[in-house]
Amino acid sequence: MNKTTYQKAWFFVLPVVALVAFNALIPLMTVVNYSVQETFGDNVFFWEGVKWFEDVLNSERFHASLLRQLMFTGIILAIEIPLGVAIALTMPKKGPWVSVCLVFMAMPLLIPWNVVGAMWNIFALPDIGLLGHAINGMGIEYNFTRQPFAAWFTTVLMDVWHWTSLVVLLAYAGLRSIPEDYYQAAKIDGAKPWAVFLHIQLPKMKRVLTIAILLRFMDSFMIYTEPFVLTGGGPGNSTTFLSIDLVKVALGQFDLGPAAAMSLIYFLIVLLVCWVFYTLMMKDEDQ
Amino acid sequence: MDLSWMAWTWPTAAFFIFIALAISCMGFWEWRRPGGDPRRGILTLDTTRGDRLFITILGSAFIFLAWLGIMGTPLWGALAISLIYGFCVFRWV
Repeated sequence: MNKTTYQKAWFFVLPVVALVAFNALIPLMTVVNYSVQETFGDNVFFWEGVKWFEDVLNSERFHASLLRQLMFTGIILAIEIPLGVAIALTMPKKGPWVSVCLVFMAMPLLIPWNVVGAMWNIFALPDIGLLGHAINGMGIEYNFTRQPFAAWFTTVLMDVWHWTSLVVLLAYAGLRSIPEDYYQAAKIDGAKPWAVFLHIQLPKMKRVLTIAILLRFMDSFMIYTEPFVLTGGGPGNSTTFLSIDLVKVALGQFDLGPAAAMSLIYFLIVLLVCWVFYTLMMKDEDQ
Repeated sequence: MDLSWMAWTWPTAAFFIFIALAISCMGFWEWRRPGGDPRRGILTLDTTRGDRLFITILGSAFIFLAWLGIMGTPLWGALAISLIYGFCVFRWV
């Protein structure tokens, strides 16, 4: 096979390479450099080798925040994905209500993260917040600033409120791409709604759901602003997720070396999961 | 140009030079002996040579971290496992 080669086209990639180098590669290299050194500021560094990595890997604090992060991501994925699919299934397929539903669904996504955190902070306050007051009014003791379970409940609820819409929109797009013929064929065969869901809708949504899971995994695994504004990582350390802990180490304690080692481990975990999802998605496409 | 803010050290510079060299060598290899089209390995994944390099580097990073967390320093054992792992990835994955 004769391929037309036009090597000069490579030069058109250079601006992107420069941009990626400027905003990703050079900062990443700097983090790698920091991770093997100790500094007390003023650009003076002392070689420490892999000590920070060893410290972080054996630190109970790191294990605890990583576990909390994984738990949070697991819980929100277990809620948001089925809930998003369920809402998408109940949305109208045509007519004027489609636009109304889509706009309502998109609204939480448009609110900035810190505003979401502040909104839920006030909303969930036990004395003046509507949610907190209502729960306490039902006789259930609820105070997210004092009870770890209440703090988790509020953080998860906030994330579900903020991000389920994304899953809904993606699942809805997947559902709309299914040709009507499939449903007609299922109707002729006398398929029950559950069978239609299992054999037509779910397989057709597989790709968009993989994207939804990937996006929600990454976002929730790197979540910072919302829980920081809502609970500040408390009470105690109960909602101190990995990103909050990282900022505490890097900016609160100014331990740049351990923070750099921690961020590299964090980065590697995210990279691994993204690669797994990407590979699964591509494998699916090939089939 | 003052790069002191990047806090360069020779070992980290060597690490990045190694990565850059590995990518360049892959380019040279492909140019000399083309064969980088995806092939199906034991993981039933279609991987190119570049994919295999990525899997090797990412996997090696985790091997080093695991070794460091469990056994501590020195890291020669992790290096040996990574080399064997890299060979297996390029041969069979």
